[in-house]
Amino acid sequence: MQFTEEHEHFRESMRRLVDEEINPFVDEWEEAGIFPAHELFPKLGEVGAFGLEYDPEFGGGGADHSFTYVMAQELGRIKCAGVPMAIAVQASMATPALARFGSDELKKTYLEPTLRGEMVCSIAVSEPDAGSDVAGIRTRAVRDGDDWVINGRKMWITNGTQADWLCLLARTDDSQPGDYHGMSLIVVPTTTPGFSVGRKIEKMGNHSSDTAEIVLDDVRVPISNTVGEAGRGFQQQMAQFQDERLVGAYIAAVGARKALDRTKDYLQQRIAFGKPLLANQYLQYKLAELYADVDTVEGFLQYAADKYLAGNDVTREATVAKLKTGRLTREVADACVQFHGGMGYAEEMWVARYFRDARLASIGGGADEVMLRVITMMEGMGKK
Amino acid sequence: MKIAVCVKQVPDTWAEKRLKPEDSTLDRESAEGVLNELDEYAVEEALRLIEAQGGEVVVVSMGPERAGETIRKALSMGADAGIHIVDDALHGSDAIATSAALAKALEGRGFDLILFGSESTDARMSVVPAMVAERLGLPQLTFAQKVEVDGSTVRIERQAEYGYDSIEASAPVVVSVVEKINEPRYPSFKGIMAAKKKPVDTLTVADLGLEPVTVGLAAAWSAVDEFAARPPKAAGTVIADDGAGGVKIADYLSQQKFI
Repeated sequence: MQFTEEHEHFRESMRRLVDEEINPFVDEWEEAGIFPAHELFPKLGEVGAFGLEYDPEFGGGGADHSFTYVMAQELGRIKCAGVPMAIAVQASMATPALARFGSDELKKTYLEPTLRGEMVCSIAVSEPDAGSDVAGIRTRAVRDGDDWVINGRKMWITNGTQADWLCLLARTDDSQPGDYHGMSLIVVPTTTPGFSVGRKIEKMGNHSSDTAEIVLDDVRVPISNTVGEAGRGFQQQMAQFQDERLVGAYIAAVGARKALDRTKDYLQQRIAFGKPLLANQYLQYKLAELYADVDTVEGFLQYAADKYLAGNDVTREATVAKLKTGRLTREVADACVQFHGGMGYAEEMWVARYFRDARLASIGGGADEVMLRVITMMEGMGKK
Repeated sequence: MKIAVCVKQVPDTWAEKRLKPEDSTLDRESAEGVLNELDEYAVEEALRLIEAQGGEVVVVSMGPERAGETIRKALSMGADAGIHIVDDALHGSDAIATSAALAKALEGRGFDLILFGSESTDARMSVVPAMVAERLGLPQLTFAQKVEVDGSTVRIERQAEYGYDSIEASAPVVVSVVEKINEPRYPSFKGIMAAKKKPVDTLTVADLGLEPVTVGLAAAWSAVDEFAARPPKAAGTVIADDGAGGVKIADYLSQQKFI
């Protein structure tokens, strides 16, 4: 990837925004269990963080993927994982299908204000009884005249208590139950009667990001809210997952390097047995090993980004990136806690938060086991 | 309304700055160049004024080749065009020569308002806006914490220790701003990409009609005779309180002529 002066200027804008509008408030938001999306997102919208790669006619930036990479790297500098995740949901997880396949009217009504940050959105795929097994979802949308009537429950909905609309995956054709055919992505405004937030879920980490269970009880939306062609929802969502997994990995890799840097600084300052802890060769080698792993993952991510940039299918790369970055994040977080000793276990330092947040990296956006399953199928092992 | 904003590229505020041994001028290669922070506020104010009243913002900067990045930064915030005064003969210019070059570049272009940041983070003299106003024969409204344009009347709140003074003048006028005036925007992705296509004129000393001998290091009214690196911090004096600690501290402060 070649970075130009424009990339550096955009990086500088993102960095300033993170340093001035986000990082000073992270502790407060973590404590509150939510961040003010409707206050923060317009600032990100103004800088162009949402919809970088989308069509300028509908509020996008018309940029190539290298700018998304730069943005994700700066989001990785946020002092928690909850806020960057919430931003990435709006930028790269809930909107790609709408931008790619949505009608002009749908894009005018929902995509444009979302890219300006005036609307907040969520992606609603998982359910209480179907997470990794996307084909097993039960939420149904039944056609009634010009409307869909939707019933079901959605789980783990990031931004769920604040969202103005959801990109929701529902079963729209019952002829092949339990199969991936007959699903559709539908834009569901959260003000629609019958829509309710069942509960806000308390989580181990990512405290600043609100996560909800959503209840849909005879929610009626126009058929014209269907993203692209009805019945293609599963495929559209699978494509959308590639953006989600890559961007998530870009963010996490920067976070891992930053965690190692901070731990190294701490070990340099911390004196034990008359010397800085960092003088201990075991700790040096362990950190060196982890730096080497972060280098390797970053190299792979750049390769994946380049391949995406060249217009190739990156299902394999996004899958490997998600799997390896997630595992490395956990390993780094564990080492950081260990090397900080008691302080690593105390909430007053950053390490404990990082450890809690890092655990999601191998679960959210598709668990490690799902990634392994995708690779298994690509290698011709197991059954589709 | 036609507004000029004079901006300067300065070494990154947080970087260690060095002077070049050969001519005692700032080593611009030793630190990253950035848009002087107070000038960002001036650019922001200009953008707000034309967003409200219509018009055009032109960014003017004197500096070496790489000061072009700084002009580009101001253009990415939303300014319309740039003027870059660049000439090796200008190297080492003091505030007097700088003001001469800026005044020549500004005159005759029909600017209603000429904005400056009130000082640069490197030289910190705060004199260039006043000098430019004097050379152009224009009123100067300096240290503005608020600017209002009402027809041809420009009114500012001039920041003072006791609050502010309200002063006004008729356009065209030179205004320098303080950081209290606004919150500068972050250049957006679209602004950054658009900046690439905006026009930037370059002007040399000859284009300005200045004699080369009147600018640059040799023409400066002040000179650096010698300089030395800042000495390392000396260890502080520790006074243990044995009951007379207060007296000892007072003695120490008295010796240092603080009290």
